[in-house]
Amino acid sequence: MQMAATVRLQCEPFDAGSEAAKLRRGRGDIGAVVTFTGICRQDEAGAPLAAMTLEHYPGMAEAEIVRHVEAAERRWPLLGVAVVHRYGRLEPGEEIVLVVTAAAHRQDAFAAAEFLMDYLKTRAPFWKQVELAGSGRPRGKIWVDAKQSDDALADRWTPRRAAE
Amino acid sequence: MLKLRYFAWVRERIGKPEEEIEPPAGIATVSDLMIWLSQRGEEYAHAFENPTVIRAAIDRAHVRADAAILGAREIAFFPPMTGG
Repeated sequence: MQMAATVRLQCEPFDAGSEAAKLRRGRGDIGAVVTFTGICRQDEAGAPLAAMTLEHYPGMAEAEIVRHVEAAERRWPLLGVAVVHRYGRLEPGEEIVLVVTAAAHRQDAFAAAEFLMDYLKTRAPFWKQVELAGSGRPRGKIWVDAKQSDDALADRWTPRRAAE
Repeated sequence: MLKLRYFAWVRERIGKPEEEIEPPAGIATVSDLMIWLSQRGEEYAHAFENPTVIRAAIDRAHVRADAAILGAREIAFFPPMTGG
């Protein structure tokens, strides 16, 4: 069985449905596809948002995502993975990130998608800066702080990994 | 020569996205490098005022502050990541 993996960084929007369809085209062994889309919300910590800009480390961001896709592949019997992460300026309602995982059974697809998202949040070199609405002042642009709750979510995968 | 790259507010505080430097002898680790850089001027001191929050990568792989920089071609400094 071969696993098809796609990792892509882009400014342009993506189409979650077509990425998922591409992953399982012509395959009869896939019984479960999980598609997760992260979306730019209209507020950050209660403040209305005009836009969000995602900065990334070209070269490292892609390599880091590939490393985590490979780690997911070693942990779960996956039949396909696609990760698309956008960068640049995004407005509320726009998609930020897509994770698609395919497996024979749903448990593996769900777990791998969650694992990948938890790691993308804390280990992939991306940084979010938000522009607050109704504010033309320079202070209206704020770097989003990393959340400890995200670190905790990523850490929960580590003990099992260490035991392997 | 060693290429340094800065991202997000580390980049903004230092005022440039990258530069090439020649670290003096005795700078062995990422932590040593941060201390040396923070003595180069106010903008660097501001960027590295709380070195424990700064993350680093050597040749595009995450490293800890005690990692040796010998042989590194590119070292990046940035705040904790907020992707996804």
